Amino acid sequence: MSTILANQDRLRIFGLLSPAYLWLTVAIFLPLSAMFYFSFLSDVPFGDTEWTYTTENYAAFFQTSTYATLLWKSVKLGLTVTAIAVLIGFPCAYVLAKVIKGRSREALFLLVILPFWSNSLVRIFSWAIVLRGNGVLELGLNFILPFEVDVNLMFSTPAIVIGLVHSYLPYVILTSYLALQAIDDNLIDAARSMGANKLTILWRIILPLSLPGLLAGAVLIFVPVVGSFMEPRILGGRVGTYYGTVIEDQFVAVFNWPLGAALSFILLAVVLLILAVASPVLKKAQT
Amino acid sequence: MKTKFHFATAIAVLTAVPAASADEIRVLNWQGYGTDLDWAVAEFSEATGHTVVHEYFNSEQEMLTKLRTNPGAYDVVLINAAFTPQAQSEGLIGPIDGSKIANLADVPADLSGNQDLNAGGALHGVPWTWGLTSFAVNTNDFSEAPTSIQVFWDGDFAGKVSIRDDALEAVQFAAIATGQDINDIGDLDAIEAKLAALMPQIRTYWGSENDWNQFMAAGDLSVATFWSGSASRSMSAGLPVQFVVPEEGAIGWLDGLSIPSSSTKQDAAHAFINWMIDPDFYVRWAEEGAPASANAKAAAALPEDAFNKRILGDPAVVARVQFQRPVSAENRETYLELWQGLKAAQ
Repeated sequence: MSTILANQDRLRIFGLLSPAYLWLTVAIFLPLSAMFYFSFLSDVPFGDTEWTYTTENYAAFFQTSTYATLLWKSVKLGLTVTAIAVLIGFPCAYVLAKVIKGRSREALFLLVILPFWSNSLVRIFSWAIVLRGNGVLELGLNFILPFEVDVNLMFSTPAIVIGLVHSYLPYVILTSYLALQAIDDNLIDAARSMGANKLTILWRIILPLSLPGLLAGAVLIFVPVVGSFMEPRILGGRVGTYYGTVIEDQFVAVFNWPLGAALSFILLAVVLLILAVASPVLKKAQT
Repeated sequence: MKTKFHFATAIAVLTAVPAASADEIRVLNWQGYGTDLDWAVAEFSEATGHTVVHEYFNSEQEMLTKLRTNPGAYDVVLINAAFTPQAQSEGLIGPIDGSKIANLADVPADLSGNQDLNAGGALHGVPWTWGLTSFAVNTNDFSEAPTSIQVFWDGDFAGKVSIRDDALEAVQFAAIATGQDINDIGDLDAIEAKLAALMPQIRTYWGSENDWNQFMAAGDLSVATFWSGSASRSMSAGLPVQFVVPEEGAIGWLDGLSIPSSSTKQDAAHAFINWMIDPDFYVRWAEEGAPASANAKAAAALPEDAFNKRILGDPAVVARVQFQRPVSAENRETYLELWQGLKAAQ
């Protein structure tokens, strides 16, 4: 009797889950494995070109210091952008979830998500107009301030960081907001009634309880920023060469897909490694 | 005798018939590079009955791959002379039948006899346009145009310099600045040192003509490498720039129109190429900004003050030009590595 039930359950679970697995196969597993296959070829296998299986593309990463330098530069960029986004996004989410009530919360929430509805390329080009010397920012500041300032952030690392933080900030706000909203206000009231000050409440109650959301947001930002290429290219100028732009060059400019694919998988491996190293912390936060 | 004559005309008419029948030819080119001008395609269709469809590539490697993977899909393809020998040796393009291209007679022998276009011992690309990769200056920052390429290393213009983000172009540019042959670089270390010294001067790299115009218009740049055809377009659009061919020389390139060996519409393809090197087409194209024409008659038909006549028509300028030859895969890889290393060190 129980085995029949178990079988039926299994069938039902399988039936319910199959669309999800089908989607994962088609949208993630197939393209990724195609790229994985490419990364072991000596040449792009189109037409009559001769190609063989090789691990040279992976070896290329270690033959010069160029790729490792750039990867480290990209990881540092990812950490900087994530840290700044968390520092700005978490207080925003707290204010949205705990301080503001009613109608104005919806309006503010809309403003947070609004940048998400525009194309990212449009956002970055808008930043280029703002940050450029003699641009909107400089003209605006000189209009307000009594003295002349020279703000030319375009084509610098700060410009890249500003553009990326703005692009990815909503992730941290949204995930933190959900976690913060789930915290029972009675807990905070109880702590206050027992004499805890604001800092203690933040440190002992709010932060631990909202940490899963905060970390989920941080991971969601860190991973794409490490591989970002469009923002550094447009806003970074001479200093805008990162690991992501080199991968893009392999696909677009040099037409060396196998090397581009191999570099992408090295990036994937490094990101997974970083997340694995960080996982004890992540797990602790979940419990 | 008379019947023989009739026979000959009959054959001429018969062979002419397929050319008159309407074919759809597919052209593979860079986007916005002459062959896809609306008015030109419309007039060609009106005159010959053939219609033209375009497909584009973003790099020479992509163009070669498209030819390899889609046999029969293209009828006319633009190939830079430095790549014609490779396309010919892979059997991707076929020989040109000069008798079907009346305007070929007006192309000077030094261009139609170009050794790269004549890969495999026969003409495989009809010389179409040529131009220079040199540089242009912002006339707001220069009262008089510089005469030397060393202006790129002038401390006065630190942070106002740009070159294109392209390994081959960067290396050949530095070869000219160090007085070397761009097609036979002997001292690569000197080039690396020269480029390393250039890096702190650079504000940003440029990728497309559009980028370039924006940076110049915003006053971000004082001096930047540029293509002659693009420079003529920017100048006619009213940008305060002047194209310079320095005393050290400039990089020259030659673009040819080829016909894939797998094309089934040879007559229409030849007709289109003939149309494209026609002086009437070129003079109108030059008004909008075009590279120099390979057709001597077309070049002569330009007004006296036209950019291509004023600068590229000067024999003293042409004498300083080093034309690009094919680059081996090994050299290409070495240059790419050098350029990536320099960029990564920033």
